[in-house]
Amino acid sequence: MSRLPITKTPKVYVGGAFIRSESARVFPLADAAGRFFANIPQCTRKDLRNAVEAAAKAIPGWARRTPYNRGQILYRLGEMLEARAAEMADALLLGAASARARAAAQREVAATVDRLIYYAGWADKYEQVLGNVNPVAAPYFNFTVTEPMGVIGLLAPAQPALLGLVSLLAPAIVSGNTVVALASETAPYPAVLLGEMLATSDLPGGVVNLLTGFRKELVPTFATHTHLRAIGGVANADERKTLRLGAAASVKRTRLLKAEERIDWYGPHAASLEAIRETLEFKTTWHPIGA
Amino acid sequence: MPTATRSPSRRAPELIFGDLWSFDPAPETADPKLKSRYELFINGRLVAPRGGRYFESINPATEQKLADIALAGPADVNAAYGAAARAFRTWGRLPGRERAKYLYRIARLLQDRAREFAVAETMDGGKPIKESRDFDVPMAAAHFFYHAGWADKLDYVAPGRRVAPLGVVGQVIPWNFPLLMCAWKLAPALAMGNCVVLKPAETTSITALKLAEIIADADLPPGVVNIVTGAGEVGAAVMNHPTPAKVAFTGSTEVGKIIMRSLAGTDKKMTMELGGKAANIIFEDAPLDQAVEGIVNGIFFNQGHVCCAGSRLLVHEPVADRVLARLKQRIRVLRVGDPLDKNTDIGAINSREQLAKIAALVRTGVREGAELYQPPCALPPRGFFFRPSVFSNVAMSHRIAREEIFGPVLSVLTFRTLEEAVEKANNTAYGLSAGVWTDKGSRILKMSTELKAGVVWANTYNKFDPTSPFGGYKESGFGREGGRQGLLDYCRLV
Repeated sequence: MSRLPITKTPKVYVGGAFIRSESARVFPLADAAGRFFANIPQCTRKDLRNAVEAAAKAIPGWARRTPYNRGQILYRLGEMLEARAAEMADALLLGAASARARAAAQREVAATVDRLIYYAGWADKYEQVLGNVNPVAAPYFNFTVTEPMGVIGLLAPAQPALLGLVSLLAPAIVSGNTVVALASETAPYPAVLLGEMLATSDLPGGVVNLLTGFRKELVPTFATHTHLRAIGGVANADERKTLRLGAAASVKRTRLLKAEERIDWYGPHAASLEAIRETLEFKTTWHPIGA
Repeated sequence: MPTATRSPSRRAPELIFGDLWSFDPAPETADPKLKSRYELFINGRLVAPRGGRYFESINPATEQKLADIALAGPADVNAAYGAAARAFRTWGRLPGRERAKYLYRIARLLQDRAREFAVAETMDGGKPIKESRDFDVPMAAAHFFYHAGWADKLDYVAPGRRVAPLGVVGQVIPWNFPLLMCAWKLAPALAMGNCVVLKPAETTSITALKLAEIIADADLPPGVVNIVTGAGEVGAAVMNHPTPAKVAFTGSTEVGKIIMRSLAGTDKKMTMELGGKAANIIFEDAPLDQAVEGIVNGIFFNQGHVCCAGSRLLVHEPVADRVLARLKQRIRVLRVGDPLDKNTDIGAINSREQLAKIAALVRTGVREGAELYQPPCALPPRGFFFRPSVFSNVAMSHRIAREEIFGPVLSVLTFRTLEEAVEKANNTAYGLSAGVWTDKGSRILKMSTELKAGVVWANTYNKFDPTSPFGGYKESGFGREGGRQGLLDYCRLV
C-alpha cells in the first residue's frame, strides 16, 4: 500500500514567526495542472500593520550589526537557498513537468542565489563608494555617510516570483533597513518557502516580513502607512498613483517599476548599487580641524 | 571635604599581587593537526622539492621541532610560475561572480577550522593564543570574505575607468602575522583575477601550507595559488623571476630596498609594506587609563613584532610622570610566557635571531644613557622570551628612538607643544602609522592632517579591518592593502 504524504500548510513569515492571517482567510492555490495545491493566507491591512510593527522593532538591532555581519548573514541565506535549490525549483513549478519549465525554474533559483551573494558582497562596500569626504573651503572635516531609511514596503512582481522578490528585498536589507514585502499574488508559494529559508539563515526575526494576499486589498495601506519610509517594487499605473498619493502624505520615497513594461530581472542592470542607494539617507557631518 | 581629595603627590592606590597569587594554567588544547612534513604547493598539488631538501620549523616557545618544511629551489620556483602563468589564462577570464565564489569558500572553510589554525599559528610563531584566536585567524577569514565581494564589483574600483588583472604576481610575506599576511596578499590579488606565487617566511610556513589544504578543498583551479617555502634566497628567486608582472613584499625596509634595486631594470609593478617607528602621542587631556591600555596594546601586541607598533611614546610633559608611573604599574601585571595559555599577554619572540637583535638594541639603549625599566616577571626556562621593556629619558638621536626594534621595547619621549609633537613624530625615515590620544576631536583631525603616516589611530591603536587601507609613507613603503585603494595595486587600468 502506498503511503499518503503529509501536505504542508503554507504560513507567512512575519516577525520571525510563521503565522496565518489574523482574519483566518485563505485563498486556494492551484498547481500547474489546475488541481488544488494549498490554501494561502489572504493577509489583511491589519496583518500589514502588524508586520510593519515587527519590522520597526527589528530595525535597531539589525542596523547596529556590523556590515560584515550583515554580509555574512545574506551570504548564509544564499547558502540555504543553494542547498535547497531543488525544493525551491519545485515550489516555482508546482508540478509543471516540461523540461523547459524546469530549466527556467532552475535558472531562476540559481540567479536568485547569485543575487543574494552579489548584495552580500556590497554590505561592507557600498559606503566606500557612496559616502565621501567633502573638501569644503574651510578648516572642517566634512564627510557624508549613508544610513538606512527604516522600514521599507515592497511589492513583488507576479513573475519572476522568487527572483523579483529577492531582487527587491536584498538591496533593502543589506544596509540595515527592514522590509515588509507582498509576495506575487499569482505565485505566492515560493515566498512561503523563502520565509522558511530566511528563518534558518541567522537573519533576526522581523528584518524580512513576507505577506501573501491580494494587492487591491493591501496596496492602499502600503500607500498610507506612515511608518513605511519608502515603497519599492512593481506596480501598475493605478497602483503607482495610489502609492504616490499616499506617499505624499508622509513624504515617503517611492521607487516603482512599471508592471506594464517588460522588466529584465536577469540583465546586467538587474542588480546594482543603485538599488541599495534607493533605500539610504545621506548624512553630512561638519567637524572643526584645529589644535 | 578635605578628606575626600587626595593630594597630588600621593601615589594612586595599587593592587599589589606580588607572588601570593598565580593564575592556574589555562592551555588551549585544540588539535592543530600538524603534519610531520610539509611539501610545496604547486599547480594545485603538494609536491616534494626537486632538490629533495627540507628545513625544520620549530616552536619558538619550546625550541622543539614542529615539522620539516620543503626547501624550494630555482626549479621549483620556475614550476610555480609556470603553473601560475597557465592558470591565469582561464582564471583571469573567469567572470568576477564566479571568482568571488572561490574566495567565499576559502573564507568559510577558514572560519570552520579557525581554532585549529589559531593553535598552529601560535605554536609556529610564538604569539599568544588569545591573539591568534581573536585576531589573526578571524581577520584572515574576513579579508577573504571582503575581497570575495569585490570580485564582481570591480567596475566601482576606479571611477571612470575599467580595470583588468595584471597577470601573475609574486608575493613574499613576513613572519609576524603569517596567516593574516597570506590573506592580505592573496585575497585582493585573486579577487582582481591575478594568479600568485607566494613565499611565507622561513620560520612560519605552516599556516600558509595549511591554507593550501583549504585552497585545495575549495577546488580553486590548479596553479591560481602556488606556495613555495624557504629562506631569503627563495624569496629573491620569487621576486626576481621574469614571469610576474608585479611583486608585493612585506618585510623590513632593508630588504625592500634590495628588492627595489634588483628590479630597477624591469618594468614590474611593486608594492612595499616595510618597517615603521610609529609615534604614539598622548596629550594631557587624553583619557589616561585608556591611553595606557592603548600604549600597552600598541607596543606589546604580538611581542612588538608589528611594523606599525607604537614604539615611540610621545607624552605631553604635564602628564609624563603620571603616564609613565601608570604604564610601569600596568606592565608589571602583563603575563609573559606559554603562548598557548589563554591568559598569556606576551608570548615568545619569533626566533633566536630576532631575540638576539632585540637584546642587542636594548643594550645599546642602556649604553646611550636611556633609563630601562623591565618588570620582574619570571620567564620560561626554555624558548625565546623577552621582558616587556620601557625606556625613559630617551632622546631623538638614540638608536632605540630611530631604528625599528620589532620587539616589546618602548621608548618614551616628551613634548611641550603640538608643533613639537608633530616635529618629533615626523622626524623619522618611516611613516607607517601613528597614534593620537586626546579628548579634543579638532586636535585629532589637526594631528591627522599633520602626521606623515599612512594610518593614524585616534584614541585607539592597532586596529585593522579588511575595509580599511593599510600602508606607509616614505621609507615605510608604498601601496595599500585593504579597502578600495588596496585593489588598485593589483590591477591595470584599461
